[in-house]
Amino acid sequence: MTARTLINVPAKAKRGEIIEIKTLIAHPMETGFRVGLNGALIARDIITTFVCRYNGEEIFRADFSPAIAANPFLTFFTVATATGTIEFQWTGDDGFSATESAPITVE
Amino acid sequence: MMNDGAKFGSTRRELLTTAAGLAGGFALASVVATRSSHATPAAMAEAIRKVVGEAPIRAGKVKIDVPPLVENGNTVPVTITVESPMTASDHVKSIHLFNQKNPQPNVIGAHFGPRAGKAALSTRIKLADAQTIVAVAQLSDGSFWSDEADVIVTIAACIEDLQ
Repeated sequence: MTARTLINVPAKAKRGEIIEIKTLIAHPMETGFRVGLNGALIARDIITTFVCRYNGEEIFRADFSPAIAANPFLTFFTVATATGTIEFQWTGDDGFSATESAPITVE
Repeated sequence: MMNDGAKFGSTRRELLTTAAGLAGGFALASVVATRSSHATPAAMAEAIRKVVGEAPIRAGKVKIDVPPLVENGNTVPVTITVESPMTASDHVKSIHLFNQKNPQPNVIGAHFGPRAGKAALSTRIKLADAQTIVAVAQLSDGSFWSDEADVIVTIAACIEDLQ
């Protein structure tokens, strides 16, 4: 299953500059507390972990709960240290997993 | 009763007293409430203690940016910022966000390192009711700092049914 993602990373940055990273992923984030049409609880289906790595090194990690809105959106910062790739990984219930990456050029 | 979970005590005794007081108030409220699947301020205090342990929590350094009145509790934009130079010796290790009245007290736990450059994060959360949300940040020296914000929600999230 591939989820649609939207990543916003500046293509170029100066060395040492603090850059803003925005990520969005299409996911229902079903809480597990709602009752469906048949009167039964709808099973929980959420993304539980998000990890961001910069050239392989982890720079940001977040643990989600059902209280994160559908289509989880995250904004965070990092220092542009070197040219390379920034990787994003989401994992969740029912073996959900999605990865995305964005290139960055540091001058 | 609104300032309860808020300035949650810096000592264990204070915390327990507030929690007990709250539990009393809430017992009354839950008689009227039709749903029992809500967390309580006491549950939130417990969730915070799970993260913080016995360490004291001080108010300050952390700032929650959230609209005071939101129409739709399904997506509430939240920004949490922590004052920190973000150097190897002095940086923010984690930011945790908690709520009082969703079915579960935890919202998000974010982990940072000195490479973050800036200890800030924005996301969108669900809020089941008008309530107080609390952010707790852990610094690299082991201290905990917090901030809280009151949000009024007109359309609740999380527990609405598909009927």
